[in-house]
Amino acid sequence: MPAKISLRDVVVRRRKMEVLRVPALDVNEGEVLAVIGPNGAGKTTLLQVLALLDRPAGGEVLYDGARVRGRELSIRRRMALMMQDPLLLRRSVAENIATGLRLRGVSRSERKERIDRWLERFGVRHLAQRSAHKISGGEAHRVSLARAFALEPEVLLLDEPFAALDQPTRETLLDELAGALGETGLTTVFVTHDRSEALRLGDRVAVIVDGRVRQVDATAAVFAAPADEDVASLVGAETIVAGKCVSRGEGIASVRVGGHLIDAVARDGLPEDVLVVLRPEDVTLMKPGKHPPVSSARNHLHGTVTRITLMNYQARVSVDCGFPLVAFITKQSLEEMGLAVGGEIAATFKAHAVHLVARGAPGAAGELEASKTAP
Amino acid sequence: MDLIWDGLREAIHIIRTGDYSVWSITLRSLLVSGSAVLISLVLGVLAGAVLAFKDFRGRGILLSLVNTGMGLPPVAVGLLVAILLWRSGPLGHLRLIYTPTAMVAAQTIIATPIVTGFTAAALRHLDPRLRTQLYALGASRPQMLWVVLWEAKLPLLAAVMAGFGGAISEVGASMMVGGNLAGETRVLTTSVILEVSRGEFAPAIALSIILLVLIFIVNAILTTVQQQERM
Repeated sequence: MPAKISLRDVVVRRRKMEVLRVPALDVNEGEVLAVIGPNGAGKTTLLQVLALLDRPAGGEVLYDGARVRGRELSIRRRMALMMQDPLLLRRSVAENIATGLRLRGVSRSERKERIDRWLERFGVRHLAQRSAHKISGGEAHRVSLARAFALEPEVLLLDEPFAALDQPTRETLLDELAGALGETGLTTVFVTHDRSEALRLGDRVAVIVDGRVRQVDATAAVFAAPADEDVASLVGAETIVAGKCVSRGEGIASVRVGGHLIDAVARDGLPEDVLVVLRPEDVTLMKPGKHPPVSSARNHLHGTVTRITLMNYQARVSVDCGFPLVAFITKQSLEEMGLAVGGEIAATFKAHAVHLVARGAPGAAGELEASKTAP
Repeated sequence: MDLIWDGLREAIHIIRTGDYSVWSITLRSLLVSGSAVLISLVLGVLAGAVLAFKDFRGRGILLSLVNTGMGLPPVAVGLLVAILLWRSGPLGHLRLIYTPTAMVAAQTIIATPIVTGFTAAALRHLDPRLRTQLYALGASRPQMLWVVLWEAKLPLLAAVMAGFGGAISEVGASMMVGGNLAGETRVLTTSVILEVSRGEFAPAIALSIILLVLIFIVNAILTTVQQQERM
């Protein structure tokens, strides 16, 4: 897939402080690249550089392989950006959408057709003549989506578009956005701090921490094999503990962690000092003494429940097995097992579920990964 | 009391008949102050936009200066313009002293800081991310400025009202640089002074009524527009 937009050696500074450094990053034609990272990591800055709204202090932006000079208007007009706040103008909903089209010189008849089509697509056509300042937050976001899609851009840039909305509205809008992206096949960069949104929309994921792209890869790969501790934590691996490889053989490594030996799938070239990364949904809990079901789970540990946190449909259980371990179980299982803080528990997980990361300077792996995407 | 009632009665008669050239004086007032407000609108909106959007050293001082300028004493402005345009002054060769053009210049100087101050305040009140959003929608810089000004048009109307009020009601500068020449530079305010100094209260009252009604009409129109926009 050819790259639609690329960044090369981009550096952005604010008040002489470096806030973003990207040796290489490609957004491929037709893909949805989800960018995740904690607040203040540089996600929005990255998006603004891609949108040609922020001029980096160094490096270059390539569009369709050609170097972009400054904030070139003709290229800017081939992209659309949707921000977290819809920022609608004090005019009617239809006029709000027409404004962007007018700025790009779209003819009157074409404007009308696109406004009708996209308002209809996002279910807000009945609001066309309503003042944009007199519609609800969810409706404003629909209008904002319609405004971005009506521009019919080559590249769509989304900056945490639904972060300010309540959960049910966010879910619905994510579905609609996913549908529209599927239909149009737009090249998209989707910035979010919510990993579930990245999982849902992203073909690939780029993880940014402290202004550096730490990992760029297919979504499943980033979630299954995070490059470092920060990435692991961002993609939802709640158990991240230091360990030492004591033996290796047949693709399986034995790692000593908190007095236990854990079996893990080993990659080539891993050093002795590693981080053991485990996702909570990969850990199974059961009452001690009960025979584990026949499965390929190679790791069986005992511990004490230290904390139980109830969540939407499940419970997050923290266990001390000589090292802290986190598991998710359903609320039903929680009741059936009669789990309580201080109670004994057994935890099992497969060697495949354990991901080993080299302990060392964060970011090194990211640059390696980022440069991998360069053509 | 008789003086007031007689004066009022005669004033109404003057307005009805158009004696003392009240209507030509009114028209000149409108032309001079209208032109000054139009010019100050262009200058003030641009200057206000720069003050609101550009981050540069000395912006704070400039804003303070503009705010001070919103209360410029017309007499001082008149003196400055008179010195500049005086026959032996630096711009004397333009031969503009005692012309309506000189009055427009003086009133422009009075109204521009008012429009600038109001514009800067109105634009700074808008969400700063709106500009980013407009650029992202594909706006060039002039397009961005146009949309943003349109978005702030309610407070900008207030700027027009304040600027027009300041220009049409000032007397010191018009007197000094216009000279109150009959049929040439005589406007409503300077005529009132002249008539009062001659002891002719009736035409002074008539002219004052016209001045008040003018200011009322202009403000009423702009206020109506504001109210409709807000709905």
